[in-house]
Amino acid sequence: MSSSGVLSVGPAQASPASRRGDGYAESRRVEQRARAGRLGVRVLALGYLAVLLLLPVLMVFYRTFEHGLGPVWSAITRPNAVHAFWLSIELVAIAVPLNTVFGIGAALLLERGRFRGRGLLGMLIDVPFAISPVVVGLALVLVYGNNGWLGGPLQEAGFQVIFSVPGMVLATAFVSLPFVARETIPVLRELGAEAEQAAATLGASAWQTFWRVTLPAIRWGVVYGVVLTTARALGEFGAVSIVSGRLEGQTQTLPLYVQDRFENFDTTGAYSAAVVLALLALGTLVAMNLLTRRTRAAQSQMTRDRSSRTTPERSSDAERQPVAPGEATP
Amino acid sequence: MLYLSVLVLLPIAAVLARSTSGGASTFWREVTSPEARAAIELTLAVSALVTVVNAFFGTLVAWTLVRDEFPGKRVVNALIDLPFALPTVVAGVVLLALYGKGGPTGIDVSFTRASIALALLFVTLPFVVRSVQPVLLELDRSMEEAAGSLGARGWTVFRRIVLPNLAPAIVSGAALSFARAVGEFGSVVLISGNLPFKTEVGSVYVFNQIENDSLPAAAAVSVLLLIAALLVLGAFTLFSRRMSRHVQ
Repeated sequence: MSSSGVLSVGPAQASPASRRGDGYAESRRVEQRARAGRLGVRVLALGYLAVLLLLPVLMVFYRTFEHGLGPVWSAITRPNAVHAFWLSIELVAIAVPLNTVFGIGAALLLERGRFRGRGLLGMLIDVPFAISPVVVGLALVLVYGNNGWLGGPLQEAGFQVIFSVPGMVLATAFVSLPFVARETIPVLRELGAEAEQAAATLGASAWQTFWRVTLPAIRWGVVYGVVLTTARALGEFGAVSIVSGRLEGQTQTLPLYVQDRFENFDTTGAYSAAVVLALLALGTLVAMNLLTRRTRAAQSQMTRDRSSRTTPERSSDAERQPVAPGEATP
Repeated sequence: MLYLSVLVLLPIAAVLARSTSGGASTFWREVTSPEARAAIELTLAVSALVTVVNAFFGTLVAWTLVRDEFPGKRVVNALIDLPFALPTVVAGVVLLALYGKGGPTGIDVSFTRASIALALLFVTLPFVVRSVQPVLLELDRSMEEAAGSLGARGWTVFRRIVLPNLAPAIVSGAALSFARAVGEFGSVVLISGNLPFKTEVGSVYVFNQIENDSLPAAAAVSVLLLIAALLVLGAFTLFSRRMSRHVQ
């Protein structure tokens, strides 16, 4: 390790004191090199993020507002833009509650239920993550389109799915399906079933147990899932693009409006609408961070409560191990 | 369950049925038509490239976020999720604002293959970072300290001690980013120009076929891309599971 240090001093004069000094110099050299390495990694990593992520986003904001607020305001208050905005909100307002109810139900089934095909259900829920939005659009057209499996009969019943709002709701719900379930399942697992079993023993009905015991405990996980669902639903482009038919002022959502403006060389219109969506995305990020902190605080609160019940004098140890061994087997 | 089957199961079954309704020979003819083949090859090649770059830079970024201290770290950490929160079309617009025609950098990537890689790198950035980060946080530092006290330098410690522990997380993050890259549409559609044989990726090809009402071609290419994504996902998952068992 200190071969160079020994060489520079020479073996003859190497007194114990100077050898200690060399070792010190050597370790300082190593430390300096480590620090330089760490700095290099930091510059490389942050540079990559800046070039790929931060600068482009800042650029859009700059380009949008470089001529002041006036053009932006007139761009986003155009009838088509306003209509696209409210259509996007409408889709979110329908798809997100549907997926929230389904997500909680599916999470409960997967985590608390014992039935055949449980593994299959778990895989199926993740399918929308693995499938391209374009394929989702195609799939919906094949089923609900005019010549589709269900499209024909539904149309005869006077119900148009593709090229209208119901199809867009289906597309939005499809792509944002897994989030609530995926965020709720780990919370349910962490929670354990003891409290629910206790409630049941005390005579609570399944419904009461759910409202009074389970839901309050998993609420932050659910809310986190809802935030992710909303962000995804609001921004969905590929699937909605196919099933909507992209009729201006009728089935054009905000992301579709951005594309339409961009392809018509109306950069102000495109940038303004993009900034609206980007601001919503930033709002999502802030909400996600607040919720993560909140969940963590709630979790440590939970472990603190438990540890104060069992071993009050060693609460810090219990905090590091969320489930104290004594509690796993009551 | 009804909700799931009406929404997810039935449509997917329809795609599978449609892609094979003409028999295997039709399927084969659709996916080997010159334009489809060019699109599929381009998609797989760019996705593979993006996956490798992600594995490298994702690990680097995760390392910086866990082991390094600098002002503004929390903001940077929050920014990592931006590509997930930002609508994909907006991602395309955003990249074009800086790297497109008339941008301040003088670089114009629009309508090139490089632009596809750029868009895919943007939207898949969080996968590797977010899968490596928690593992790195949990990693016991005593092993590294032991290696350091035995005389191993920073890079050696990283290569021999840290990297084997991170490998499963890197691989599974990379698999997710590959699957995402293969199917990505929104961010690519504006930036790539969608020139057949040059910058038309698989998802855009499928989109164009749907618009032209040639649903069998769209279904066949969809199924092929889906299989490719699932194969890579499955293989990488197995690989990562085996590696983590090996490490333990």
